[in-house]
Amino acid sequence: MTLSMLYGEPRVITVGAQVLGEALDRQAVPRREVDWRPPLPGTSAALARVLADPRREEANATAVGRMLSARPMLTGVRPAREVLGLRAGEFFHAGPPITWERASGPMRGALIGAMLFEGLAATPEEAQERLASGAGITLDSCHHHRAVGPMAGVVCPSMWMLEVTDAEHGGTAYCSLNEGLGKVLRYGAYGPEVIDRLRWMGEVLGPVLAAALERCGPLDLRALIAQALQMGDELHNRNRAATSLLVREIAPAIVEAAPDRAAEVLRFINGNDHFFLNAGMAAAKVSADAARGVPGSSLVVAMARNGTDFGIQVSGLGDRWFTGPAGVPDGLYLGGYGPQDANPDIGDSTITETAGLGGFAMAAAPAIVRFVGGEVSDAVAATTSMYEITMAEHPAYQIPGLGFRGTPAGIDVALVARTGLLPVVNTGIAGRVAGTGQVGAGLVSPPAEAFTAALDALAEA
Amino acid sequence: MNDLVEVRPGVYRDSVTLMRVSRALTERPGVSVAVVAMATELNTALARDLGFAVPPATPGDLLVAVRASSPAELESAAAELERQLAARAPASEARGEAPPRTTRSAARAFEASLALVSVPGEHAFAEALDAVEAGLSVMIFSDNVPVEQEILLKDRARAKGVLVMGPDCGTAVVGGAGLGFANVLRPGPVGVVAASGTGAQQVTSLLDLAGVGVSHVLGVGGRDLSAEVGGRSATQALRALDEDPATELIVLISKPPAPEVARAVRDLDLATPVVSALLGPGQDDLTTAAEKVLRALGREVPEWPSWPAPAGRADGAASPGAAASSGGASRGAVLRGLYSGGTLRAEAALIAGAGEFTDFGDDAYTRGRAHPMIDPALRLEALRGVASGVVLMDVVLGHGADPDPSSSLAPEIRDAVARGVDVVVAVIGTDGDPQGLRAQAARLNEAGAAVFTSNAAAARHARALAGTGCP
Repeated sequence: MTLSMLYGEPRVITVGAQVLGEALDRQAVPRREVDWRPPLPGTSAALARVLADPRREEANATAVGRMLSARPMLTGVRPAREVLGLRAGEFFHAGPPITWERASGPMRGALIGAMLFEGLAATPEEAQERLASGAGITLDSCHHHRAVGPMAGVVCPSMWMLEVTDAEHGGTAYCSLNEGLGKVLRYGAYGPEVIDRLRWMGEVLGPVLAAALERCGPLDLRALIAQALQMGDELHNRNRAATSLLVREIAPAIVEAAPDRAAEVLRFINGNDHFFLNAGMAAAKVSADAARGVPGSSLVVAMARNGTDFGIQVSGLGDRWFTGPAGVPDGLYLGGYGPQDANPDIGDSTITETAGLGGFAMAAAPAIVRFVGGEVSDAVAATTSMYEITMAEHPAYQIPGLGFRGTPAGIDVALVARTGLLPVVNTGIAGRVAGTGQVGAGLVSPPAEAFTAALDALAEA
Repeated sequence: MNDLVEVRPGVYRDSVTLMRVSRALTERPGVSVAVVAMATELNTALARDLGFAVPPATPGDLLVAVRASSPAELESAAAELERQLAARAPASEARGEAPPRTTRSAARAFEASLALVSVPGEHAFAEALDAVEAGLSVMIFSDNVPVEQEILLKDRARAKGVLVMGPDCGTAVVGGAGLGFANVLRPGPVGVVAASGTGAQQVTSLLDLAGVGVSHVLGVGGRDLSAEVGGRSATQALRALDEDPATELIVLISKPPAPEVARAVRDLDLATPVVSALLGPGQDDLTTAAEKVLRALGREVPEWPSWPAPAGRADGAASPGAAASSGGASRGAVLRGLYSGGTLRAEAALIAGAGEFTDFGDDAYTRGRAHPMIDPALRLEALRGVASGVVLMDVVLGHGADPDPSSSLAPEIRDAVARGVDVVVAVIGTDGDPQGLRAQAARLNEAGAAVFTSNAAAARHARALAGTGCP
């Protein structure tokens, strides 16, 4: 056999004792030093087993390859009742499955609002009683139904859903329509203005968008996201460019489809910089779902929070959830709110980080680092550190400031355990008390035990 | 008491680096104890035993425990600690760049020809596997790596066309670069495949003293020729050197191999001549193997340099090279071998025939602390405990090893000799080594030791001094 290291100049990666690296420096041998640290406590044995799994290398290449090659297209807008088969009294929510008893304030608030919106209760008190009794009520995780929802992520039959189809692998994913900021259902508010807005969205916004999309045909979200990244969005906490691009694509069709309603619909979309978020989330969901179910793969295919638990799912581990307590985000607060008002982390929007966007693409969005209380260099550092725990760089989603390097994509449970680096997550902050709404935005760290529990399960699989 | 006790979460430095920091602090006036170590169970317990109130910590945290005789001295020790830790920060950290955190990540950004892994053994598998998966050969300096991980790594490496050197591979020379503990060797025609680090260092150092250089020295790990590992890396390394036009002769060095593996390796169909040095009873010693290589190359076998114990000693011999012939006044005395190299210890024990031999480089002595070639403390302590008889030691020079072993060893030898102990030292090194072979040998010799460049000759001399066994 020919051993390439015997020919040509030696160039060495050193990991471990510095004294051995310094010996190479004294010989003027070019080298790169690894800044090695011990893995997360208690993970050594499981890591060894997972890394030794003969399926791992190929399984991960397959899984992440599917995620990166997905071509999400916005194909329609339809009622949840039709596309998700939701019946009265059935609600989907963000994050891993949760009961009313364990649900946090904003999750309860959103469920109360959904009861009122569906006409299942006349007052918030009545809604709360029925939800607490559980009679005729079914709760389930959005993720179990090819869906995602921001913040509380509550989906009920009368809501209209964005439908995103993967033109490469054929999957479909759904996400609700974005209500805007402030007092909104997804942040746990359920006042009359919230319910009125939801009614208008069901009666006007949904049908008009559906008709417009039928006219202009599917929208290529992969291309749109790629452009938005180059215009300063990271697609989780900043969606201004993506929303503008979406409006530019769809506005003529809206005008043609509903001339009488076009102005109010366009005004609503334009008034909400986050309108695109939900489309981006469905795009991320359909991409991550393409990577599910590859035996032996340690790729994270979902990260989601229900306001109480932070959960992840892993390609090689089916639909099992691995959870830890949701943390309280660290960020900036609106008006007179402060950290004491913050609810623990909530929402399915971490599907953006799962697919290589959001916190992972922070370096693309220098404008938001001030919003989350940092410097531009912090944004670059956040993205750069995520390359340490991801399997690949996204071929289409690129960051101009990093020389058009692809975003870090495809979280590897084993690499999280090895480096102790947890995914960087950008997020909004919901008020702790039901009915409050949004109180701020910031960064949050997932609980390490979700990843170590998944690693243990992989070691046994 | 003036105690500083701190746990710094997520700050990591390797054990050798931290040992140096601890030593620098302990050497300060007024500092009685300094423990700067990763907060493993062992280290935390050690600090608690010393009376420090250590808060809860995980092995991923840095533990600092310093005791000084006055608040002012404690404060200046704390300042020195910061200076030391900053000075020993990884180069990339000092440059402010985001450094790679895994071998996998480093391999993506840096076009490497191989990786050198020396993390604690239980974590070495992940880094080595990264290298193999990135298509790089890897030297695993770490010991305490489970044998099933070794086999798995070697099988994956073969499939990828790369070589796993190790685990527990102490030395290698690849393309002129000395890796691990490596003597500075001149370039030349001899390729070495070694399942024994210090064995390879002895043979190649002697060849260098005879003016013969090496093409490459490929360590394969001490277990490679065992029945379990089956010579996986040795087979690959032999084939690779066979293809290398710069290699005219191959030397295969191993601790006693499994017979069926030795047979299989011998039966490989190679175009390049192979000289084997497979240690064991009835086999050639390392010096004889080096001499065989010289003869095979048609070179003269020189007289291996040695420095007899200074005149005035009972065994005082007159001239270099004659030391081995001297007889001892300590006839019948106990012979103690205090070794840092496993193969050198085994060779010496075989030749001496009797005595108490310890390998301070063995896993049992290195768990949680540095190799004796870097940290002489345990061996010096053992020497201090010898009241009479003969002590036989090795001192291994080269890159990676103690930059000046004689500075700590010579005073201890002087004390031992004053107690009436005969000290014999085998210095394994070359004229090119950073420590300087002749300067080190001279200092040990001035302290009263008989010094040899051939471990076999040193062992014979020690045997003669002790009067044990028969030539």
